[in-house]
Amino acid sequence: MSQEVTRGAKIPRHDMPCQAPEERIRNFNEVALGYTAEMAREEATRCLQCKKPLCRTGCPVDIAIPDFIAEVVKGDIDEASRIIHASSSLPAVCGRVCPQEKQCEGRCILGKKGQPVAIGRLERYVADHASAEKMPEIKKTGRRVACIGSGPSSVTCAGYLARLGVDVTMFEGLHEAGGVLIYGIPAFRLPKDVVAHELDGLRSMGVDIRLNHVGGRTVTVDSLLKEGYDAVFIGVGAGLPHFLGVPGENCIGVFSANEYLTRVNLGRAHSFPDYDTPVAPGRHVTVFGAGNVAMDAARTALRLGAESVHIVYRRTRAEMPARGEEIEHALEEGVKLLELSAPVRFLYDEENHLTGVELQRMELGEPDASGRRRPRPVEGQNFVQETDLAIVALGTRSNPLMLDCTPGLKLTEKGYIAVDENGETSIPNVYAGGDIVTGAATVILAMGAGRRAAQSIARKMGLEQ
Amino acid sequence: MPTKILHKEKLIPGRTSKLVLDAPQIAATARPGHFVILRVDERGERFPLTIADTDKEHGTITIVYLVLGRSTQMLEELEEGQEILDVCGPLGRATCIETFAAPKKVICVGGGTGVAAMHHIAKGHHEAGNYVIACIGARNKDLLLFEKELSLFCDEVLVSTDDGSAGRQGIVTDLVRDRLDSEGGNIAEVVAVGPVPMMQAVADLTRGYNVPTTVSLNSLMVDGLGMCGACRVTVGGQMKFTCVDGPEFDGHQVDFAELRSRLGSFRTQEAQAREHHRCNCFERKEA
Repeated sequence: MSQEVTRGAKIPRHDMPCQAPEERIRNFNEVALGYTAEMAREEATRCLQCKKPLCRTGCPVDIAIPDFIAEVVKGDIDEASRIIHASSSLPAVCGRVCPQEKQCEGRCILGKKGQPVAIGRLERYVADHASAEKMPEIKKTGRRVACIGSGPSSVTCAGYLARLGVDVTMFEGLHEAGGVLIYGIPAFRLPKDVVAHELDGLRSMGVDIRLNHVGGRTVTVDSLLKEGYDAVFIGVGAGLPHFLGVPGENCIGVFSANEYLTRVNLGRAHSFPDYDTPVAPGRHVTVFGAGNVAMDAARTALRLGAESVHIVYRRTRAEMPARGEEIEHALEEGVKLLELSAPVRFLYDEENHLTGVELQRMELGEPDASGRRRPRPVEGQNFVQETDLAIVALGTRSNPLMLDCTPGLKLTEKGYIAVDENGETSIPNVYAGGDIVTGAATVILAMGAGRRAAQSIARKMGLEQ
Repeated sequence: MPTKILHKEKLIPGRTSKLVLDAPQIAATARPGHFVILRVDERGERFPLTIADTDKEHGTITIVYLVLGRSTQMLEELEEGQEILDVCGPLGRATCIETFAAPKKVICVGGGTGVAAMHHIAKGHHEAGNYVIACIGARNKDLLLFEKELSLFCDEVLVSTDDGSAGRQGIVTDLVRDRLDSEGGNIAEVVAVGPVPMMQAVADLTRGYNVPTTVSLNSLMVDGLGMCGACRVTVGGQMKFTCVDGPEFDGHQVDFAELRSRLGSFRTQEAQAREHHRCNCFERKEA
């Protein structure tokens, strides 16, 4: 053991091979290229195999992290994959987009003095390199479940139940399945074929994915239950974007990140005019917000040819909620940070086209409820930042579309769906999970919620203990 | 879910057509005021169209469009029996239809292809038992839409044309003003659907008479499902979203100038797309 400890602490963490910044800002291909077999093995040997692994306590779905890493050391990738799949349905996705530094890697003991084990990268390696899972013979139970939405929570719920022989129908409002994994997260961070692979897996288990079916409109909870579905899972995701609420926000050139990213990711606006969906080509772009979505929008703008991209944030880099890797990648690519700055109003010309934004200098005061130091304005230090494209990435609120049309569905104070510990809503046999329950959160939390709901549904149906 | 075109009627050749679509699921729940989002082919853009009519028995919906940009041009190139790649709905909030006892009446105003959307709303008022006066206008008689369809159930159909080739010479707001004057307070509500300047003119007119006025807005949309915020409008000083809060709003509260400006957000790209379409439409169809 002592020998292993020395080994783990001595080997430096393996960097992720990436496309060079000057190269990648000219394409939408994945930035992080993935570990080689050798890198993965070496990185895996850094794991101390703690008796009480803290990494697991940081994982929202409790993946047996040291166990799968031990298999990587042995070179048994299929076994490693089996271990991960026992807790997570979408490792190829989560290995790429989970905020590991706040979860598993944030708890890794090696991180106390040096660099934590690159758990996320190893998860991705396993997901990308395991052989296709041999599908066990599925015995149909005759039970039917409807999943509304096709994002991470619904995909997880559907996959779990389909394996148990439940007939699952998934209803997606857009013309492409995958939810936020398709319309939200750009291909340079999560390639579309990774998502397509997961959806193909569902289809091969007999899940019927129906596009252009809007939950609450084309189909309602009520109509589905009447049609004979035994249970309904609502995983319709986030809704309308928050805006800044400053003057000039509706002039031409101010977009929500949702709109900007949906135009590019779902509408393929980067290939306009070969594809019909247009997007505004900004020269001097400003992005408001500092989460992953803000980084995605900023980096997308660079790839669409912007000369300058500034992320405007009230606090400083240290308080930014985005994954560390996304911030680093954005900076490497040339995105600039305008820290301690808050928008006062947007400026526009006589044709209502955005020309600039007036910003106010901020300073950090006392910590607020979130523990982050609260920004406060410094009077008399306003300045104007030239910009012809502004992207607002301040998060989203709940989508009223589904909620308005589902009488009897109890909501929380903030307008999200209220569920019990099993993910069941106030309507019996109707479950919910993901952003429509928690508000904007992570893929892994949505996945965990989908899984929890699926387990409760399975228990109720007598398909599981 | 590809949706079949059961019937196509060229209302104004090269400019405006009516399509009857085989869409039983949408027809089953669609009500006046609802819209659908369409995408014509794999590379197409999502765009909204208000439902002009529904036939629940036959499971069909009717849409009417003006050939304006590339997407409507591609729609126009489809014939009976062909399919539209994606049609999704019904979306938006249905028209809030109140019943008004006689002698109260409702005026439904339509301009351009807005007449078609207005038709569905007028029908809703008629079915609720309201006395419906339809006012429709166009530049000349060849450009008038849905006169026959409206006359099937409306209590009155009033027509205006700019050149006087049909009905009264003038604009549609003249018709509305006359009725507001002659009805002396019996007009319970005015509904206006059409080009932004027309809806604004109607709203400005009825404000003086203090008559509640509903307008149906045609904001730009991407998903149409309450996600992107492209369709935001200012109504009574508040930010509203046409796709989930609308498409109908109190005409006296809408910031029409902002709406007009936002409708032009992609003017440059739209021109580029039209040009690209002209040069490449053959290749695209082959692909």
